[in-house]
Order: sequence, then C-alpha cells, then structure tokens
Amino acid sequence: MLTTILFYFFSTILVGSAAGVVLSRNPVRAALFLVLAFFESAVLWLLLDAEFLALVLVLVYVGAVMVLFLFVIMMLDINVAKMREGFTKHAPLGAVVAGLMIAEIVYVVWFRHLGITLATTAPPLPANYSNVHLLGQVLYTDYMLPFELAAIVLLIAMVAAISLTMRHRTGFKKQDISAQVARRREDAVRIVKVDSEKAS
Amino acid sequence: MITLPHFLVLSGILFSIAVAGIFLNRKNVIVLLMCIELMLLAVNFNFVAFSRWWGDVAGQAFVFFILTVAAAESAIGLAILVVLFRERKSINVEDLDTMRG
Amino acid sequence: MMQNFYLAIPLAPLFAAILAGLFGRLIGRVGAHTVTILGVGVSFVLSLLVLKAQALDGAATYNAPVYTWLVSDGLSMQIGFLIDHLTALMMVVVTFVSLMVHIYTIGYMHEDPGYQRFFSYISLFTFAMLMLVMSNNFLQLFFGWEAVGLVSYLLIGFWFTKPSAIFANMKAFLVNRVGDFGFLLGIAGVVYYTGSLDYLAAFKAAPVIAQHSMTILDGNAWNAMTVICICLFIGAMGKSAQVPLHVWLPDSMEGPTPISALIHAATMVTAGIFMVARMSPLFELSDAALGFVMVIGATTALFMGFLGIVNNDIKRVVAYSTLSQLGYMTVALGASAYGAGIFHLMTHAFFKALLFLGAGSVIIAMHHEQDMRRMGGLRKYLPITYATSLIGALALIGFPGFSGFFSKDALIDAVGLSHAPGAAYAQFCVTAGVFITAFYTFRMIFMTFHGQERMDHHTREHLHESPWVVTLPLVLLAIPSVFIGWFTVGPVLFGHYFDGVIVVAERHDVLRELGHEYTTPLAFVLEAFKAPALYLAAAGVASAWFLVLKRPDLATAISARLAPLARVLDNKYGFDWFNENVLARGTQALGRLFWKVGDEMVVDGVLVNGTARSVGWLAAVVRHLQSGYLYHYAFAMIIGLAAMLAWLLARA
Repeated sequence: MLTTILFYFFSTILVGSAAGVVLSRNPVRAALFLVLAFFESAVLWLLLDAEFLALVLVLVYVGAVMVLFLFVIMMLDINVAKMREGFTKHAPLGAVVAGLMIAEIVYVVWFRHLGITLATTAPPLPANYSNVHLLGQVLYTDYMLPFELAAIVLLIAMVAAISLTMRHRTGFKKQDISAQVARRREDAVRIVKVDSEKAS
Repeated sequence: MITLPHFLVLSGILFSIAVAGIFLNRKNVIVLLMCIELMLLAVNFNFVAFSRWWGDVAGQAFVFFILTVAAAESAIGLAILVVLFRERKSINVEDLDTMRG
Repeated sequence: MMQNFYLAIPLAPLFAAILAGLFGRLIGRVGAHTVTILGVGVSFVLSLLVLKAQALDGAATYNAPVYTWLVSDGLSMQIGFLIDHLTALMMVVVTFVSLMVHIYTIGYMHEDPGYQRFFSYISLFTFAMLMLVMSNNFLQLFFGWEAVGLVSYLLIGFWFTKPSAIFANMKAFLVNRVGDFGFLLGIAGVVYYTGSLDYLAAFKAAPVIAQHSMTILDGNAWNAMTVICICLFIGAMGKSAQVPLHVWLPDSMEGPTPISALIHAATMVTAGIFMVARMSPLFELSDAALGFVMVIGATTALFMGFLGIVNNDIKRVVAYSTLSQLGYMTVALGASAYGAGIFHLMTHAFFKALLFLGAGSVIIAMHHEQDMRRMGGLRKYLPITYATSLIGALALIGFPGFSGFFSKDALIDAVGLSHAPGAAYAQFCVTAGVFITAFYTFRMIFMTFHGQERMDHHTREHLHESPWVVTLPLVLLAIPSVFIGWFTVGPVLFGHYFDGVIVVAERHDVLRELGHEYTTPLAFVLEAFKAPALYLAAAGVASAWFLVLKRPDLATAISARLAPLARVLDNKYGFDWFNENVLARGTQALGRLFWKVGDEMVVDGVLVNGTARSVGWLAAVVRHLQSGYLYHYAFAMIIGLAAMLAWLLARA
C-alpha cells in the first residue's frame, strides 16, 4: 500500500521534472530539473531494492555529471534571450510524436504484457539480501573484463576531454628550467673597456 | 499493487519525453545532452525493473556500466560543446548545419 | 568435259572484266578493250557452237550442277547449268549483241577517261546475264538478276559527276528493288512448297502446288500457283520495265548509249521475259496470273507508245519504244504464246540495239547533242548510219519481210486467237500500238535525217560519218534485223524448237492454232496484206511524214488544241510525280517523323534524358532530408521507429 503511494508520488514528480527539463527556457533551470529527476529515480530504485545503484546514481550522476553540466552552463556566456524564441511552433508535433511513442509502449507493455505471462509481484528476496554484496559478488568475477574496460573508458574520456579543450596560449612567458641551467658564461657576459673620463 | 508493467510504462514515458525533448529543442545543445541523459536514465529503469523481477543480477551490473559510460560520454560531450562555443560563440542547434546535403 | 565448255562461256567475260577493271591502268586502253573483246568473242563463238549442237545436231538438254555452294536445312544452294534450246537462243543473242557493243564502244567512248572501267563493266554485265540465262535453279537466276541490276546501276551512273545520272541510277536500282522483292516472295513460295531451288523440282511439283491455296491478308484464299506466278511476274515487271515499275527506263538513258543498247534494249530488260518463258510450266497452271501478265503488258505497250510521240530526245524516243515493245512481248507471254514472245525478244534485240547504236552514232557526230529539234537532214552527212537506222526502223514497224514483221505479226495474230481474260483489251492495245509505233519511229527518222537542217553552223562544219569501229557493228546488226526473221520463224514459232522446253496447256495453245495455217515465210508475208496491221503501220508512216516534213505547223496546232492531253503526256501520266512526291517524299516525311518524334522526343527525351532528369529531380527532392540539423535526423529516426513498431503491432 505504502509502496503504491510512494511509487505514484515519486513517479509523478519524476515525469514532471523530466517535462521540466525539456520545456525549460533557462538551461540552469533545466539542469536543476534533471537533478530532481535523478533524485526521484534514486528513490524509485530504492523501492526496487536496488539501494547500491540508487546511491551510486545520486553520487555519480548528480554529484559528478550534473555538477559538470552546471559548470559548463555557468562557464559559457549564453544569450538567454535568444533561447526563448520559436518554441511553440514545433510543440504540437513533438507532443504528437511523444504521445505516439507512449501509446505504442503502453500497448505492448500494459495491454499485451510483452506477449508473456508476468508474475504480479516481484519474487521475494532472501533474508540476508544485500544489494552491495550481490553486485560485488559478480562484478569482480563474472564481469571482470567489462569492469576493466569501463575503467579504460573513463580514462579515455578524461584524456579526450582534456585534449579537446586544451588551448595553447601564445605569447606568454614561461620558465624553461633546462635552458636556464644550460646557460654558459660566454653567452651571457661580455667585457668591454670603457674610458672613465669620457662620460659627458 | 505495483507490477512490472508499471515500471516499464514509467520508463517508456520518460524515454518518450526525452525523445520529444531532442526534437523540440532547437536552441540549446546543453538541453540536448541532458535529454540524452534522461534517455539513459529511462533505460536504466528498465534494466533495474527487469533485474528485480527475474531475480537476475546481470541487469544491475549492466546499469553499473551504463552509468559509467554515460558519465564518460557526457564529459566528452560537454568538452565538445565548450570547444564549439569557443569557435562559434553560440550553442544554437540551428547553427549546426554544416553537414547539410 | 562439257561442263568446262559451258563454264568457259560465262567465265571468259568475267576474267576479262576483272583484268580490265583491276588492272586497267596497267594494261592501258588498248589492252582493256582487247582483253574484253577477246573474252566476249570467245563466249560468242562457244555459244554459237552450243546453238549449233542444240538446234542443228539435236543434242540433249544439259542439266547438271557445277558447284554446291552450301546446304542449309535440306535446301541445297548450287551453281548449275541448264542448256536447252531456249538457253542456247538467249546465249547467242546476248553474246552477239554484247560483242557488237564492245566493238562499238571503242569508237563511242574514245575520249572518255573511264574507258577501261566501261569495258570492265560491260564484260561483267555479259557474265552476269549469261549466268542468269544458263542457270538451272532459282538462286543462280536471282544472282544473275541482281548482278545485272548492279551493273546497270554502275553503268547508268557511269558519269557519276552528273547529278541527273546519279538520280537515274538510284531510281533504276530502287525501282528494281521493288520488283526484286516480289521476285523473292515468288521464289520463297516455290521453296515453301517444294523445299528445293531447282527448276526441275519446281516444274515437277507444279500440278501439286496448283491444288493448294494460300490465305493472304485478312483471310482471302488465293490459289498458291497464282500467288507464286504473280510474285515472280512482279520481278519481271521491275526488270522488264512494265507499268508501273517502268519509270526507271527512260531515266536510264543518262548512261552512255552503248549500254542503252546492250542493257536496256537487248539483254537485261529481256531477262524478265526470259524468266516468264522459262517458268511456263508454272504460269500455264494459273489463268489469273496469265491474265494479269497480259493486261499489264498491253497497257505498257500502248501507253508507253504515246509517250514516244511527244518526246524530243532521240534516245528517249527509242527508250519508250523499248518499253512499248517489251509490253508486246509480255502480252505474248500472257496469251501463252511464249514462243512468239521469245522470238520477238530475239528480233527486237537486234533491231533495237541497232537503233540505239545508230542514235549513238548520230550523237557523236552532233558532238553529244541529243535533242532532235536541233537535228535534221543528216542523211547526206551520215549515210551508213542513216541506212542502218532506216533498216532498224523498218524492222521495228514490221515492214513485210524484215525480222520485226514476222515476230510482231505472229504476236498480234496469236493474241487475236487467245481466249484468256483481258484478251480483247490486249488485242486492241497491240493493234493500235502498231500505228503509234510507226508514227513515233518515223517521226524520229524524219526529224533526224530528213527535212531542213536545224543544227548550228559550227556543228554542221564538223559533221562526218563515224569511224569503222562504230559503223561496223551497225552493219553487222542490220543483217540479222533484215534476215533472221525469214529463216527462223518456221522452226521457232511453229516448229518444234521449244518442245519440251516451253510447256503450253492445250486450251491456251494459240501458237499451235496459228501454226495450222502457216506454210512458208512468203505465204506469211502475203497473208499480212489481208490484215489491218500493215495498213496501220503505213498510215503511221504517212502521218509522220505529213506532220514532220510537210506541215510541221499543223503539229504545233494540234498540240496546242489538245493542250491538256499534251500536258498529261509530258508528265508521263504522273508516275514520276507520284513516285517522287507521294512515295519518296512520303517516306522521307515518315522517316523524319520517326526521327524527330520517335527518336528525339520519345527515346532521347523521355526514355533516356527523361530517366536521368527524373533521377535528378528525385534526388533534389530527397536532398531536403539531409538538412544538417540534428533534430531532423533524430525526428526521422523516431518516426521510422514508431512506424515500424506500429506496423509490427498491427501485424500481430
């Protein structure tokens, strides 16, 4: 009972915030809506007994990815006024497309049950169920290779992001230590004989 | 009683909204990227729901990796966006039509 | 042995033609004419020997293949010879006239730069004509047929820089082609029913063929033999210049006079007559075909004669005379008097060649002037030419005792006895034609040789008789023009000369009927005084004398009074106008239609360029899908996905 209420409540907010992401004119507001959407989905995942993933969602997605989004939004000097134009022109078509897709998915999933018979409730969990434990058991054994690959993907992402945005600034002074150390007296000093009385 | 179809419909709705967002949004590349994140979220929902109902942990493991990849991809996407902004001083999607046939 | 003998007859002129043609420059003018005259001379002597063997020694008919060219699907295509009385007669006529023309050409073409080429061509012609008459199968007949047509084309257009000559030779070739098409259909018919190209096979199967009937064009059933014979005769109409395929013969006068004599008087044009006589076993089985032959011949005989009356070119008058006489021969064939037709062919060959060569002699003397209105009184300058031409003219009009008299009168009497359909019309035409023939012939003689001299001073100064190379053939041709009729009329027409060669059905046999009354040539001559033909001829000569010499002003008055008729005659009954404007221009217009509309518009425009253009148009339309906008692409993906999903769901 409680589950049902919670489910409907949070899913409503989720859908609403998703709509907010799409319909917002202000990108900052859109980003914040997305953060809200992530929080709601984390809660829903908790309802599905996937607590580790829920927390990872919040930590990684909200904590890292959305922060990154906000960084970029703040960094770029966006002309917000221009953003507001020409939205309603395409709204009906978008609504139609979305509606069509939803209708099809609902038809398949709800009315036809994906063509298979589904259990009404989720199967019960064992008493000592721990999502972290469960995930940990398979992640370093069965899915070792994908894990390593995921690590490499992250590495590549990092390298790519840096190399894409790196700028070479020209014309600024920098110390070249090795050149400094390799300097010789002959290049730097020159003895000149000057007459002392001729200074006028 | 919340059954599997509930979650699946929910994820379907999320996905459709995100798709509509890609289509409707013509002014802001950032919102485009955010809609992609929404789509990935919808897919993750699917995986978690199915994993719970079949009792198979593979779904959750997959979500783990999707999360990783999504993070990596959004990082790179934003980097590209930054470079794009540097060049064109605009993040209007309507200006990105050099691939026109 | 005999085979080599017979082979030498056509091959000698061929060899000479090759030598003179390919090596003309090497062997020079004298070499060219020597080798060709030798070739034809050999042929002539051998032909005489063959004639002697066949006619006098009673040798059997020789029928054997010489060479099998190929055998295709059971049809054997061979070269072979059939030597019988008819062949022997034709061979002698052809080689004799050819020899005379060869000798004559030495004088006539003396100054022409194409001297060796001319000799090569006329020898080549002799070869082709001999192959035609000596043939024992349809294929070789057709080969000879086409070859003489080809050489005729080459010779009519001998002076190929003259546009009128080129027009004439194309006209001759194309009109002949129309005839050849019919001829081929006839041959195809024979092959269809007998499966063989051999004459004897066809003759043997003839009664069987006559039982079949063919359905042609929307279900009309025709007797097969009638169809075949009419098709074969269409070929003869082309080659022997019968109405309406006669239009090429007057134009063929563009060629030098020797070939007018050789080809268009004595030999090539008689190929059609020869062919019909040879095919007598076939024609006799079809009354309809014989009637058709007779009516066409009669029309040609009379109406071409009319055209000879109004023409002023000396060669063209003789050409229309040839057309008319060919009509006479055709009428004889139609009346089943094949012997009379062939006999007239023989005598006509001599006197018509004589008339042509005489005209040529006049033309050389007048420095290539051909208009009779500028001649006159030539008889005192060109005595030999005058005498021989007069002999030819008398033979042509049928002066009693001359060769033409025997052949023409026998012909007219035979037609008179015939009961074939159209015989009455034919009889009227040939009888009226006697008057017309006499009129135009003596109009020509009087205008050219008698009366006041109308040529200019310069030409008169240079008038002299032609050299002996020109006058000798004239004399040599004059001799048979006078005598040959007297000596051969009995055996050839009323005797057994053509027995076994020419087949005549009992009910058609007019010559046998005529033969019942025949006794001697002298009696035949005296009989003529009882018939109207002689008096008509005399009336024709008298009218010509009156209108040309006595009262020329009357002639102009009459033509002014009968102006519309004169105009019809001047336009040659509109045949040329029809051919040029309706057929030729019509075909050109049709061709242009197919070119402009069919080819340029439809094929090039719609099919070729149209497909390219529509591809371009489609590409231009589809190009709008590649907008470069991300959201358009995403939208396309989504719509595609949604549509596919909807379709899958609807299917399930």
